[in-house]
Amino acid sequence: MDLNTIIQVLDSSIRLSTPLLLACLAGLFSERAGIFDIGLEGKMLIAAFFSAAITFTSGNVWLGLLAGIGASLALSAIHGLASITFRGNQLISGVALNFLASGLTVLIAQNWFKQGGRTPTIPEEQRFQEITLPFADALRDIPLLGPIYSDLLSGHSALAYIAFAMVPLTWWVLFRTRFGLRLRAVGEAPDAVDTAGVSVVGLRFAAVAICGVLCGVAGAYLATSLQAGFVKEMTAGRGYIALAALIFAKWRPWYALIACLLFGFLQAVALRFQNIDLGGIVIPVQAMEALPYILTVVILAGFVGKAIPPRAGGEPYVKER
Amino acid sequence: MDKMPAWADAVLVPLISILLAAGISALVILAIGENPVEAFMIMVKEALSTSRGIGYTLYYATNFIFTGLAVSVAFHARMFNIGGEGQAMMGGLGVALVCLYVPWPHWTLALFGAAAISALFGAAWAYIPAYLQAKRGSHIVITTIMFNFIAFSVLNYILVNVLRPQGSMDPATAKFPEATFLPTFQSMFSTADNVMFRNAPANVTFFVALAACVAVYFLIWRTRLGYEIRAFGHSETGARYAGISPVKITIVSMLISGGLAGMMALNTTMGEAERLVLNATEGAGFIGIAVALMGRSHPFGILLAALLFGFMYQGGSELAFWTNIPQQLIIVIQALVILFTGALDNMVRMPLEKLFLSIRKGDA
Repeated sequence: MDLNTIIQVLDSSIRLSTPLLLACLAGLFSERAGIFDIGLEGKMLIAAFFSAAITFTSGNVWLGLLAGIGASLALSAIHGLASITFRGNQLISGVALNFLASGLTVLIAQNWFKQGGRTPTIPEEQRFQEITLPFADALRDIPLLGPIYSDLLSGHSALAYIAFAMVPLTWWVLFRTRFGLRLRAVGEAPDAVDTAGVSVVGLRFAAVAICGVLCGVAGAYLATSLQAGFVKEMTAGRGYIALAALIFAKWRPWYALIACLLFGFLQAVALRFQNIDLGGIVIPVQAMEALPYILTVVILAGFVGKAIPPRAGGEPYVKER
Repeated sequence: MDKMPAWADAVLVPLISILLAAGISALVILAIGENPVEAFMIMVKEALSTSRGIGYTLYYATNFIFTGLAVSVAFHARMFNIGGEGQAMMGGLGVALVCLYVPWPHWTLALFGAAAISALFGAAWAYIPAYLQAKRGSHIVITTIMFNFIAFSVLNYILVNVLRPQGSMDPATAKFPEATFLPTFQSMFSTADNVMFRNAPANVTFFVALAACVAVYFLIWRTRLGYEIRAFGHSETGARYAGISPVKITIVSMLISGGLAGMMALNTTMGEAERLVLNATEGAGFIGIAVALMGRSHPFGILLAALLFGFMYQGGSELAFWTNIPQQLIIVIQALVILFTGALDNMVRMPLEKLFLSIRKGDA
C-alpha cells in the first residue's frame, strides 16, 4: 500500500467522519442536558432533503443549508414538546421522529420532483465548493507533509471545517461558560438547577435546539457536499453510528472527535477494500460494517472502562414530587 | 382516587390519539394534492372487500401481532425492546436452518420445529442485551439498536458466504423443501368451485399468532411469573422488597420478548417466501412498537392494532398503485401513531383528567 492510497483512504475517512461528528456533537448537547435523542437519524435525513430541495430550486446552497437547519429544528421542537413539556418518553419520541422523517422526505420528494422519492442532481457549481487551504498547491511537492497538507487537510467543504471547529467550540461552551455549566447540571441534577432559580425547561429547550441546528448542518453536508442531492434513506444509519460514537466517547467532545474519526475510518475502509485479506485470514466487509456497533456494545458493557450517561438522562423533570 | 375511570384510560385516550394521528395524516394527503376520503375508500376496497385483500391484510397482521406482543412483554417489565427487527432476522436464520437441513416428513412437525428454533434464535439474540442490562447496567435501548445493525451484518455475511446456493446472485437461501411448505388460506378455505384468498400470502401462522396472544394473556395476568414481571415494571424497588430478582425478571422477560419477535419469521420466511431473503423483516420489528403502544400492551388491544396496521399496509401499498400517494404514507401514519399514543400521551391525558375531575366535582 503506497502513500497515495493511504492519503486517499484517510481523506475519505475525514469526509465520512464529518456528518458523524456533527450529529455526535448534536447528541452531546442534548444528552448532556438530560434529553436522550435517538432521533438524530431522522433530523439529519429531513435536513438532507430540505437542504437539497431548496438548493436545487433556489440555486443558493446557503439558503439550502438554512432550510435544512429549519426542518431539523422543527423535529427538535416536536421532540422538546413531547419530552420536556408533556414529559413523554424521550426514546419513543425519537423513534417516532425517525419514522416521520423517513416517510415525509420520500412523500414530499415524490410530490415535488416526481423522481421516485429523490431530488434531482444538484449541479457541481451550486454545491458547497471545496476550499483549498493557503499554499496547498505550492507545498504539494514536499515529501510526506506536502501531500498530507494539500490532499488530506485541504480541499474539503466549508461545512467539514465548521464540523471540526465545533469540537473545541463545544468543549469551550460546555466546560468554560456559565451556560455550559448549567447545561451539564441540568442533565445531572435538574432539581438543584431549579432550586438555584434557573429554568430547567428553558435550558433543555436550548440544548434540544442546538442539537437541531447541528443535525441540520450534518444533513446539509450529506446532501449538498458529500453527495449531489437527496436520495431515499440517504443517512443510512449514520444517526445511530453517531449515537454509538457519543457513548464510545463517554459524552465528551474531544473523545467524540476521536470516536467519529475512527468510525469514519472504518466506513472508508469498508467502502474501499470490501473483503480484507490479512495473510490467509479474510476479514469480511460485513465485519467492518458491524465493528462500530460491536465496539459500542463492548464499551457499554463496561469491560473497557465504563460509560456512564448523564444521571438525569431520559427522566422528565417534575417540579414537585 | 383515580383521576379517570378505567374505561377512559383504556379506550378514550388511545382513541383520541388515533383520531389525532388520522387527522394529521389526512392533512398530509391533502397537502400532496389528493383526496383523503377517496384514499381511504380505496384502502378499504383493496384491503377488506375481497378475500384476496383480506388475505394480505391478515398476512401483515400476523407479523405485527408477533412483534407487537414482543414489545409489549418488555413494556410490562418497563423495558423498551427496540431490537425486534434484529431478533426477527435471527429467527429467520433459525427457520432457514431447520427447514433446509432437517428432513421433515410433514409440515405440522416442521411448523413445531421451526417455531421452537425461531423463538430460540430470537431469544438468544435478545439475551446479550438483556444480560448487559441486568448485570452491567447498559441501557437496553441502545444495545438492542446496536444489535439490530449487528444482526443485519451477520445475516448478510451468512447469506452471501454460507447459505447462498452456487450460481445464485441475490443474497438468499435456496428454496425450502416442499415438505416444509405451510398451508395457505387459499388451500385451507377454498372449495372445489369457489377459490378463496387467491394468491394471498396469509397462512396457518396466523393461528399460531392468535395462540400467542392467548398465551401472552395467560402469562402476564394469570401466572406467577407474569405477576412478577408486572410488579417489576411497576416499581423495581417494590419488587425487590417482595423478593423478586431484578436480574431474573429482566432476562426472562427479554427472552420471551425476543422469542416472540423471532417467531415472526415463521410467517415471512416459512409461510410466504419459502426461503430466507435478506430483508425478510421489512421493518415489522419497528411497527411492533406502534402496535404495542396502540394496543396498550394488552394482547387483545395488540390484536386489534395489528389488524389495523395490516389493513394500512395492504391498503397503503394498493394506494401507491392507484393514486399518486407513495407507500411511504404508511410510515408517516405509523410515526404519528407512535408519537401520539407513545410520546405525546400526556397531551391527550392531562386535559381529559381535568375534564373528568371537574365532572366529578359537579356530581359531589
